[in-house]
Amino acid sequence: MAVCVAVIAKENYPLYIRSVPTQNELKFHYTVHTSLDVVEEKVSAVGKALADQRELYLGLLYPTEDYKVYGYVTNSKVKFVIVVDSSNTSLRDNEIRSMFRKLHNSFTDVMCNPFYNPGDAIQSRAFDSVVSGMMVQAC
Amino acid sequence: MVDQRERSESMEAHDEKPIIYTMENKPIVTCAGDQALFTSLYNALAQQLPREPMEWRRSYGRAPKMIHLEANFVQFKEELLPREGNKALLTFPFLHIYWTDCCDTEVYKASVKDDMLRWQSTLRHHGTQDWLIVVVETDGKKKNKTNLLPRTSIMDKIRNDFCNKQSDRCVALADPLKDSSRSQESWSSFLTKLRTLLLMSFTKNLGRFEDDMRTMREKRTEPGWSFCDYFMVQEELAFVFEMLQQFEDALVQYDELDALFTQYVLNFGAGDGANWLGSFCQPVRSWNGLVLRRPIDMEKRELIQCRDASLLDLRSYLFSRQCTLLIFLQRPWEVTQRALELLHNCVQELRLLEVSVLQGALDCWVFLSCLEVLHRIEGCCDRAQLEANFSHTVGLWTYATEKLKSLGELCGLVSEKGPDSEDLNRTVDLLAGLGTERPETANSLQSPYKKLKEALSSVEAFEKHYLDLSHAAMEMYRAIGRMRSARLVGKSLAEFYMRKGEPQSAALFLQDSLKSYVAEGWTLQITHTRKQVADCQKQLGQTEDYLQTSALLASDANLTDEERKHFCQEILAFASQTSSGQAQKAALSMSAFAQLRELRFRPATAVLHVGSALQLELCLCSLMPVPVHLEQLSASVLFTMEQPGQKIPYGSLQRRPSHGIAGLSPDGVVLFPATSPSGVPSLGLASAPPTLELSEIQDRSPSDNALNSTGVVCKNVHLLLRRQDSSTSMEMPGAGSASAAAVAMEDGMQQLKTLDVTLLPGNNIVHFTAPSQKAGTYTLRQLCATVGRVQFLLPHIYPVVQYEVYSQEPQLTIEPLSENLLAGLPQKVKFSIVTGHYTLKKGEALQLSNTESMPILHTHTCSAQILSSTGELVGENTLSIHSSEKVTSISLPPTLPYHTLLFHLEVLCHIPTSPARPESERLTNGEVRYRTKSHVCHNSGMASVDQKVSVDCPWSIYSTLISLTFYIPFKAKYSLLSAGKRKYIQVFLQNVSETNFRLDNQSLTQRQPTPTLELSSLNAKAQQLVHSKQSVFCLWEVKWKTDPPACLQFSFSASFAPSDVPGAELKPYVYDFQLERVSTLYSVRAEIRPGSGEQHCRTGALCGLEVSITRLTEPSDAERDDEETTETEGLRTTKLMYEVVDNSSNWAVCGKSSGLVSMPVAASATHKVQMELMPLFAGHLPFPSIKVLKYLPHNATPAIQPDTDSCLENDNLSLLDKGLDDQADTASLRSRGSVHSLGSCDQPQQPAPRVLPMPRLEPFAPGQVFNCSRGRQVLVLPAADDHILEVNAT
Repeated sequence: MAVCVAVIAKENYPLYIRSVPTQNELKFHYTVHTSLDVVEEKVSAVGKALADQRELYLGLLYPTEDYKVYGYVTNSKVKFVIVVDSSNTSLRDNEIRSMFRKLHNSFTDVMCNPFYNPGDAIQSRAFDSVVSGMMVQAC
Repeated sequence: MVDQRERSESMEAHDEKPIIYTMENKPIVTCAGDQALFTSLYNALAQQLPREPMEWRRSYGRAPKMIHLEANFVQFKEELLPREGNKALLTFPFLHIYWTDCCDTEVYKASVKDDMLRWQSTLRHHGTQDWLIVVVETDGKKKNKTNLLPRTSIMDKIRNDFCNKQSDRCVALADPLKDSSRSQESWSSFLTKLRTLLLMSFTKNLGRFEDDMRTMREKRTEPGWSFCDYFMVQEELAFVFEMLQQFEDALVQYDELDALFTQYVLNFGAGDGANWLGSFCQPVRSWNGLVLRRPIDMEKRELIQCRDASLLDLRSYLFSRQCTLLIFLQRPWEVTQRALELLHNCVQELRLLEVSVLQGALDCWVFLSCLEVLHRIEGCCDRAQLEANFSHTVGLWTYATEKLKSLGELCGLVSEKGPDSEDLNRTVDLLAGLGTERPETANSLQSPYKKLKEALSSVEAFEKHYLDLSHAAMEMYRAIGRMRSARLVGKSLAEFYMRKGEPQSAALFLQDSLKSYVAEGWTLQITHTRKQVADCQKQLGQTEDYLQTSALLASDANLTDEERKHFCQEILAFASQTSSGQAQKAALSMSAFAQLRELRFRPATAVLHVGSALQLELCLCSLMPVPVHLEQLSASVLFTMEQPGQKIPYGSLQRRPSHGIAGLSPDGVVLFPATSPSGVPSLGLASAPPTLELSEIQDRSPSDNALNSTGVVCKNVHLLLRRQDSSTSMEMPGAGSASAAAVAMEDGMQQLKTLDVTLLPGNNIVHFTAPSQKAGTYTLRQLCATVGRVQFLLPHIYPVVQYEVYSQEPQLTIEPLSENLLAGLPQKVKFSIVTGHYTLKKGEALQLSNTESMPILHTHTCSAQILSSTGELVGENTLSIHSSEKVTSISLPPTLPYHTLLFHLEVLCHIPTSPARPESERLTNGEVRYRTKSHVCHNSGMASVDQKVSVDCPWSIYSTLISLTFYIPFKAKYSLLSAGKRKYIQVFLQNVSETNFRLDNQSLTQRQPTPTLELSSLNAKAQQLVHSKQSVFCLWEVKWKTDPPACLQFSFSASFAPSDVPGAELKPYVYDFQLERVSTLYSVRAEIRPGSGEQHCRTGALCGLEVSITRLTEPSDAERDDEETTETEGLRTTKLMYEVVDNSSNWAVCGKSSGLVSMPVAASATHKVQMELMPLFAGHLPFPSIKVLKYLPHNATPAIQPDTDSCLENDNLSLLDKGLDDQADTASLRSRGSVHSLGSCDQPQQPAPRVLPMPRLEPFAPGQVFNCSRGRQVLVLPAADDHILEVNAT
């Protein structure tokens, strides 16, 4: 389903980034990093008006020829980015939303772990398996 | 835009073939009947029809709309009516109007009616019911013709003939060409009617059309169904909506078609292919991009109609229609967004449908399309609007840039060599697919077509266009704040430059990108970009930067081992070059090469004395993939002289860590915060400010070393208070050439060096020996690893690492071993010599000058301990002590510097005899002198002796004076007791120390023995135990045969030893005192007799008191000088004062209670005084006390000179105090005071000159006056007449 899933800290460094192993990892890193531009743009555009009622899901950040990049920002400004193959047309907006929701839940679990130091890279196995689940489903 | 549409069409052209397929379409309305009449009305009608909107209520619950109606009026022809099965809507006549101005019934009947009937039947034949008959009435005609019939009659007739049910199908238009109110009314009702009917027709006909269309769509699963046919039908509907200026509705039609097609393509991808899709799967032969300048691209439309369109054709046509409508709707930004989606989608769909496309053809198509869309948008928006919406267009710009780049790469336009023949062939093929330029853009210089052709024509042209596009995209990204995207474009530009072999142009873009990746901590990008930077730097010959980057890459865990080794090898290869022999060394930051992890001091305190060895253990983690041999590893050390204020106090070697070494743990380890190797700030650290580095400062005045101020200082303020934004990324090591300055070696410092170290990957331990030649603070500043020509430098060691070296003067201290030293007993004293920088050589000795009061008792086995500076026992030596008459010499064992020599010595302080007494007594009575040591013994009032010892030390020419304080364990007091003429001496000895003593051999002796005097001891036991804080009394009777001398000196002596040490030697204790005027001079006897005739004394009744004072002895020689006598008539008398005092208020003295008596100085002379007393209580009452004092007349000089400036009265008091001792009680003082004032009332409290002649009183020495009736009582009965008995029961 997803070809790349990334969690980016408030300060814009990656907390977690994983992509399908078959493709060029570096390319996804560049894509995700560039998408932060749009995330920031969207967040700041909405943020002024209704910061507290803002929807976390940002929708399609931008399409490229091969991929679609979706974004999601938690209230603590942690960003989730999911990259989906453009050829995968069966994916509806709702499914993307539910993926983000799942990701957010799992991320919350990671943060609740007393042994996790906020700001560190995420190495949780449970989180990993959730992400794997999202990536496997389609492939 | 709507208004721009030309209304060029006119009735004049109506007989020509109606033009359709243009966007200037209007709904067709046919006109039959009187053509000349209609022509005259046409202009007015065409103008007025759209003037007012009409509400259009629509079927299927669609929202009603206000609509301005227009119409294309066409002469009625039968061919215009659609034949059965013709679905064309654009050519469909929605309303048929019959015009007539006939007002003559005859004419009507003759011709018009027939014409109308024919018209009606034709209409009926084609099944249309949308018709209207207009009867125009003009006044002119009315006048010409006779008004035989009322005008209504024609209307009625027509209505009768044609509109049997629909009377509204016939309208009258009155005086249409006149400007009258009637005419206007008539027009307006006519127009309303016309509009209503038109709308009715639309609703009906479009509804029918839509139904048909839906039916057709439902058949799409049937085999013969064709998308293209359906497309044409639905587009017809879109055209009509567009014609009615319902662009929204029109767009919906296209969107539906779009969605339907997309669904089919997706289904095809899922294996469910429709037959008709086959035509779209044909290979792409033309890729000339979108055409958006025409409202309708007829060529493509025809291709679709002929089912000959390729996928790109269909998509292009569909999008061009959507674009047109969106622009009509003034939504240009949706165009750009949809365009991007379309282009992405087309690429995907072609892939999905496996359509064969020439390589690069799609790139051409996308490139052209992007530019076409952008041109179209630029055409309809002004500059400001465009700038405000860069975010919508920038995607297309970037896409175009990417495509051009890949085209350039495909056609060999990017390489340094330029295109080869194969590339040229490819270019020709691609250009062929573009076809010829379209006529619309043929004249424009900047058409996408021309751009692409030009770009592909030459390397230079390509570069120009590519750079133009890239820069435009970057500018736009910057303008809207998408810096990351801008940098990505910049990076791709850099790659282009690198391929072109222009590294200098690439460097800036690469550095810029790298900086941003480093700032945000994206490691993969950092690695990738850094590799490119390395390549660029290598090409540019920036050796030092290249080496720095290589070092970072060599330590980069994201790279493979081979790559890391390669970069490491690059450094090592450079290092081993011995070129040019210059000492030009490359200084690189160490952070990429190795990390300082830990630093360990041995000894752990990091404080050492001059010349001692300090080991530094460095834990260095090498980040290189291979072992690296370092020729030298050095640490530079900053030396700071010891500040006078920070002098290390002697003897406190174990002190720590009040100041100095921050972060030094007790085991002497400094840990360094780990930074990630690639120069990436460890996560979260990038934004967090550095930790505060605080240290304490003390400002002491240089003269007396007193503390002026103290405070806490932050040492890294410059780091904390600088601006946040610009700093983080700029100062990253390895970010580029900017960092070179930071890696400067500091010169002129001491170096710790270790040669030939091989650093293995991972942690390495390196040892240093730290210098300690001078006293002061040594701070480690830099670390430098040298590999051939390369130096890796750690410019700052943080946290601050320092160690201290101190220098110390030799010093001798002598301290008591126990808490207090006791005088009179042998006591142990501790000698400690801190050698400091001095070396005690063999044969050197301490010379103690002996004093008699404190001999040094040396034992033969006296051993000394030698301790090292850390307190370890190093050795033990015996001391030899030689005593000569004046000096005790202690020869010391040889001792190394900074060691401590310890030994004990026994000394004895003799207890000073009486002369020391007053002094020490005064001390104990007065201010406490020994504040320096707070011991319990202060409270017990121990007297002490300060004993000074003068020591000559071998290291100094001056003698050292050391004071020891000894405490006297006993306190002694004597008192003289009398019984008539017999005398007793009592000695009171109190043990004030904490020790229990055995006491023996108490004896009292005269110091100058008088043979006539005999002392007989009344003490029972010889040996006694005196516990701490307890006392012993001893008593002797003094007997003499002849008169004793006036002054007797006694010496009390006893032997004592601590009771808890059995067999301890008894030490003497001597107490000297002196007695004066021992013998009794007067005896005083009192007698109380009851009043006359009474048996007993009674309360309230006066009694007689007789005091008789008797002189017992002849005056001795001593007395003669002492006593004040007066010679009167050959009889020597002395004046005494007596005083009766009752301090318990038992008695009331009636009359004089005191008086003067002249006593003859002769034995047995008696003087009696009578007085009257009254007892106040009944019972056995003690006698009132009777005092006798010497009375000195005013001319006599005081026996003892009073102190200079104390007043006389005080003098007297002190004299009294002294002499009376215990016996003088306060009452006597009081009464004496009263006598005093009685005797000399003229100067009661004059504080002044002592020469004032005044009588004085002086007490007798204790024992000189013996009171015989002391302690006597007399029985007093209650008053006789008083029968009340007072009983006090308690």
